[in-house]
Amino acid sequence: MRLGLKLLQRLLGFAIVFFGVTFIIYFTVFSLPGDPIRALAGDRQLPQGVIDALNARYLLDQPLWVQYTNYIGNLLSGDLGVDLRGRSVADQLASRWPVTITLALTAWTIQIILGLAVGIVSALKRGTIIDRGLLVISIGLSCIPVFVLGITAQIVFGVRLDWLPVAGIREGWPLAYLLPSLVIALFGLASVSRLVRGSMIENLEADYVRTARAKGISESRVVGLHVMRNSLIPTATFLATDLGFLLGGAVVIEGIFNLPGVGNLLFLAIRDHEATMVVGISTALIIIFLLTSLIVDALHALLDPRIRRA
Amino acid sequence: MPEPLNPTPGTAKITVPKTTAIAIAARREGAWRMLVRRPLFWMGAVVLLVMGAFAVAPAPFAWLFGNGDPRACDLADSAGTASAGHPFGFDVQGCDIWAGSVYGAQSSLAVGFLATAIALAVALVLGTLAGMGGSVADWIISRLTEVFLGFPFLLAAIVVLNMLGARNVLTVGLVLGIFGWPMMARLMRGSVRSVAKADHVLAARTMGLSTGRIVTRYVMPNAVQPVLLLATLTIGAVIVAESTLTYLGVGLSSPAISWGLQIAAGSRVFQSAPHVLVLPSVMLALTVLAIVAIGEELRSVFDPRERR
Repeated sequence: MRLGLKLLQRLLGFAIVFFGVTFIIYFTVFSLPGDPIRALAGDRQLPQGVIDALNARYLLDQPLWVQYTNYIGNLLSGDLGVDLRGRSVADQLASRWPVTITLALTAWTIQIILGLAVGIVSALKRGTIIDRGLLVISIGLSCIPVFVLGITAQIVFGVRLDWLPVAGIREGWPLAYLLPSLVIALFGLASVSRLVRGSMIENLEADYVRTARAKGISESRVVGLHVMRNSLIPTATFLATDLGFLLGGAVVIEGIFNLPGVGNLLFLAIRDHEATMVVGISTALIIIFLLTSLIVDALHALLDPRIRRA
Repeated sequence: MPEPLNPTPGTAKITVPKTTAIAIAARREGAWRMLVRRPLFWMGAVVLLVMGAFAVAPAPFAWLFGNGDPRACDLADSAGTASAGHPFGFDVQGCDIWAGSVYGAQSSLAVGFLATAIALAVALVLGTLAGMGGSVADWIISRLTEVFLGFPFLLAAIVVLNMLGARNVLTVGLVLGIFGWPMMARLMRGSVRSVAKADHVLAARTMGLSTGRIVTRYVMPNAVQPVLLLATLTIGAVIVAESTLTYLGVGLSSPAISWGLQIAAGSRVFQSAPHVLVLPSVMLALTVLAIVAIGEELRSVFDPRERR
């Protein structure tokens, strides 16, 4: 009974966030200065009749709330609409997602491996020169703007050393995705490794670990089994959130490495005032965000019995 | 997003210490003494002081090598390498890189502090309301926080900057601040909730003090610490975000002088003239690193679990 109520509350919250964000985006994007019909025509003069016909077709002559209601109605029946050139937004998104998903998963995997390795080593060697060194390096990397990191990696590994392709996806996975993923992973390394380190230190001093040690369990078993399992709870939830963000598309990295992903599409759409495209992509991103936060909550409850009982 | 555009960094999760006021006061005693013994803290403080001096009075530092006018540019020197009086060479427009980098500190730091101040103010008010108010206020503010977290940041920045028209330190700082508060607000809410349950707050209630007095005198001072630590990290993240927005063409624009603008311009000629990008990048990275180092040392000094 109480669970049902909680679930209902949660779903209501979802609905509010969803409609809130989509409406704000819809409202702001459509109130941007500039006339989309005129932008479409470019330098040519369009006859008034054509302008009127286009306005009527895209409901541009109706008040904003009519447009929004109409849009949400179509959306709920699975229709994301068309952009001003008549291309389907859903089709364009579908052609871009694979690139972004591949990039996100590759970067995420590298980030997990590096983050866990650095975090565990600094926790076990805490306070030593190794811990300090890893701290300075990982945080230093996150202090450099990602585009500087990106072009430096391009020049060094792509041009000078010629190990990996400089840009584009012609070489396919994994070659073409390795360099951009590595840059994303290095940039986010500090967040993961700090989190792993912090929660491991917290657990290394817990009573149950002392008990395990007192029982004569080997150090590797204590760290590997007892400490790791409890330390991974906050890390797992952070990583889930992180994946959600990565799936939203890395605008800068996709731009630098010329990867035709969702982030790139969103940037171009905003620049070209493609309102339906902007709203369509944003809606997709919000759905991903909401799903991620749901998964994070579920994961949290699954991994930590204390939360499940509460 | 671990993307640089995120105004709030995920760097280091700051846990809310569930301690009473007495324990916090006791720890404060030794905190400063511990802090002054940390070399990383000192390095951060020195770098930040130097950058602060650049920002407040750039002229004397810029003239250090004899050519301190960042706007005295000669296109004949475009992307020129180091020469007498110009130890770091010239940028694409033929301006002295050292002078530009010294003058650039001002807008970069200003954006960082302005945006963080705005975000912190919003987060303190909303976080306290959510933590102390009833379940309705909490529910509304939590949803509002989620709305802002769910907003694609780039879109938000472009839309708001377009609405405001001008792209200067004030507007860019405003935008980064408006979208930078949700993380801090969440932290503040959790922190306020745990402090509100403490004995001294209960005692204050029993004495019949007004809610306003309880919030300002008993709850906020004890709840604000983790949020302030996240705020120090936010300053660094905002400085990085400003440069990324500028790189995408939606941040500051000339005639302003900022590290972001110099790095963005340098990145377009990086392959033929990498030296253009180096000094402003190093200055920016050093500043952010200094801020993060100070924040990290403060955290470890105040966090009882790391004291050994």
